[in-house]
Amino acid sequence: MQKWMSSALPTPKLSRRRFLAATSLGTAGLLVGCSDRAEQSATTETTASSDVIATDLNAFVRIGTDDKVTVIVKHLDKGQGVTTGLPTIVAEELDADWSQMATEFAPADVKRYANLLFGVQGTGGSTAMANSWDQLRTAAAAARDLLVRAAAAEWGVPASEIIVASGLVSHAGSGKSSGFGALVAAAAELEPIEKPTLKDPADFSLIGTRQFRLDSAAKTDGSAQFTIDIVRPGMRYAAIAHPPKFGAIAASFDDTAARAMPGVVDVVEVPRGIAVLADSFWTAKQARDALNIEWDESNAETRGSDALLADFKALAKADGAPRARDDGDVETAFANASQVVEQTFELPYLAHATMEPMDCVVELAEDRCDIWTGSQIQTLDQGAAAQITGLPMASIHIHTQFAGGSFGRRAVPDSDFVAEAVTIAKATGGAYPVKLIWTREDDMAAGRYRPMGYHTTRAAIDEAGQPIAWQHRVVTHSFMVGTPFESSSIKDGIDSSAVEGAAQVPYAIDNVRIELQLARVGIPVLWWRSVGHTHNGWVAEVMIDQLAHLAGEDPVAYRMELLKDHPRHRGVLQLVAEKANWGQPVEEGVFRGVAVHESFSSYVAQIADIRIENGMPKVERVVAAVDCGVAINPDVIKAQVEGGIGMGLGAFLREAVHLDDGVVREQNFHMYRPLRINEMPEIDVHIVASGEAPTGIGEPGLPPIAPAVTNAIFAATGKLITRLPLGDQLREA
Amino acid sequence: MKYEFKVNGESREVDVPGDKPLLWVVREDLGLTGSKFGCGIAQCGACTMHLDGQPVRSCSLPISAVAGKSITTVEGVSSPEAMAIREAWRDLDVVQCGYCQSGQMMSATALLEKNAKPTDEDIDRAMAGNLCRCATYHRIRAAIHSAAEKLEA
Repeated sequence: MQKWMSSALPTPKLSRRRFLAATSLGTAGLLVGCSDRAEQSATTETTASSDVIATDLNAFVRIGTDDKVTVIVKHLDKGQGVTTGLPTIVAEELDADWSQMATEFAPADVKRYANLLFGVQGTGGSTAMANSWDQLRTAAAAARDLLVRAAAAEWGVPASEIIVASGLVSHAGSGKSSGFGALVAAAAELEPIEKPTLKDPADFSLIGTRQFRLDSAAKTDGSAQFTIDIVRPGMRYAAIAHPPKFGAIAASFDDTAARAMPGVVDVVEVPRGIAVLADSFWTAKQARDALNIEWDESNAETRGSDALLADFKALAKADGAPRARDDGDVETAFANASQVVEQTFELPYLAHATMEPMDCVVELAEDRCDIWTGSQIQTLDQGAAAQITGLPMASIHIHTQFAGGSFGRRAVPDSDFVAEAVTIAKATGGAYPVKLIWTREDDMAAGRYRPMGYHTTRAAIDEAGQPIAWQHRVVTHSFMVGTPFESSSIKDGIDSSAVEGAAQVPYAIDNVRIELQLARVGIPVLWWRSVGHTHNGWVAEVMIDQLAHLAGEDPVAYRMELLKDHPRHRGVLQLVAEKANWGQPVEEGVFRGVAVHESFSSYVAQIADIRIENGMPKVERVVAAVDCGVAINPDVIKAQVEGGIGMGLGAFLREAVHLDDGVVREQNFHMYRPLRINEMPEIDVHIVASGEAPTGIGEPGLPPIAPAVTNAIFAATGKLITRLPLGDQLREA
Repeated sequence: MKYEFKVNGESREVDVPGDKPLLWVVREDLGLTGSKFGCGIAQCGACTMHLDGQPVRSCSLPISAVAGKSITTVEGVSSPEAMAIREAWRDLDVVQCGYCQSGQMMSATALLEKNAKPTDEDIDRAMAGNLCRCATYHRIRAAIHSAAEKLEA
């Protein structure tokens, strides 16, 4: 059965690096909108259940004879709302009615569906809107032009006299009108224009107003399909035993008991552990738990959290840290300072802990491999599957599914759980479709955490209270080393993802030094919602607040003065201060903290109102202001900021992954405890009116909450929290 | 072992090990996938169903304990409270990733079925067992209040 798998296949295997280089596209070579229509193998499809014929007018816009407009969504929707935001852009330029809009996830196809900022098909860095804005406007405007010309030809009227509004194409002079569906067949026969005229933003009617989420209906009646819900004919379920310590491997195993369990189909060894296949996931899990495995831990990471922190602290004292930024003369400035504040900051590993654990369905045949998963970087997952199976890239078909959360977790440079599922399918000879599901314990202990960090900082003011020196040394570890992203993200020892939000500290300070020491740790880490900003934003915004305190200045006024050259920072800070009535008296017992931070080219300021109750901060209300350029769908933007605040607050209060001699301590939600509803503050989000190109919003709402609350706690208690999570620190004081 | 119970009003029989959790029976053997697996230890609420009208964490309930009883899942829940909750969820666009929302709505429906006008504290108590990693709590709270108001009107 496995014979064909081992036979030589004609396709050359590309190393991942070569593969990236081969697929990476410069902007000049990018295919936009309609221009690649000819490359598509099929432009029409008939749905099985009716006589509706749907026609692709280009790579992104499909219109049915029933007038339904399906937007082909090249990005993963993991909750951030791209299946609403991207159709909003299309509906606007197409002059469609919102009620006729639908979505479908794009196949894995880097030629048509690359993220224009990555060069590969993938979602992350809050780039979905930024990279799709021009592309989808152009695609939709081109599709609209095709419909208009088709109508003009059919009605024998000048195209210039035709108007399109709310999904209706009409000509006043002749009284003719039509929906899109009746025109699409003729439209598809016309040659699309390369550069259609885009709308004047002043004429936007959908963009900037609330459109209902297109995924709300399916996600509120149980019908929305996630990877875990996929069923394929003859499918078997896989559960896998991973080594308890990172870097360990199976030395030997005894599967007698597992194989004896009714329903168990196979037990296979793969590079990442021992997988059990069964006719139900429950059986697979029970049998997995019955495996007797001897682990070889000779190359495992065996340090615990305390030992790692000690090593990080030693590294912070080492000389020769690479500098991400070195303005002016920091040493002289400190020597001449009026007052200096020094602080160290500690941050733990954080788990993404998506509600849907990692899962993947693989169907492997001789000539193709189908993968169903919430793929966040389709091109890399496709490449990994091609390498494992020996099939050409074009034979790896990824069916992107709604992801039950990701926060970065499903974008894994080595494809992690996707590769694991494909190796299991390969090890079973492709005999049946395989659905791999990780239990929560598997998910918690399998790594890819937000890296632990230790920061040392020093900042100084002069006699007038103005900051004159700022030094920030980051000690953490990199998730870029050894990945396809290494060459683009690490230069001269500086991993940009580790210093982002620190190196760009926006305040007008003449002498600034930002340094990075990268530790070598065998704990696999990854981007976690807002990435480096999760730690650097906290440290920077706590430190500037400390300087304001030292100078005896109001924290908002102090920042405003130092942000003279940063109008968008100022804009959100001013708006949040107005909306929160900053400077006005607050209720007795309420204390306030503020923070402003830019991440992923979006700007967010927050003011947190807290009370201290039983030694814990109760965050009662957060007012936020955001500038993410043109607000495509304001309600989705607000939702993302609300969610970012909730997630960031949970991390601040309680979340941490600890290691005991290399073994993850927090195995499930009773120990790793994200925010719950009783801790969620009232949130009031305001959006800065902007004509700038849209930027991301999935991540930027998160970084300001931890410093805003830290600063509020300092205002309330005089205690500066410099170690996360907060836990019981206020009670201990 | 064979077990008979009602699901969304219909009698169903399954032949599975007695320790197989209700969640996996409903998902795998009955093909109703709206209820989700999140933790397996009754800590997240993604698997919430109603057992004889009471919200339960089906991931930790062995099928042997369900025999002869009546189960309602998100696919079949249809009380006026359930309809109001669903409508409010849609009006306020509560969902983000959506994975936990079946469980959230089942808990919220059970709350309204018992308590027509819950306070914030009532909501906290009834909903604190349901995790949402997207932290849609702000809107969940508002949607429950909104559903209660609509039912009252």
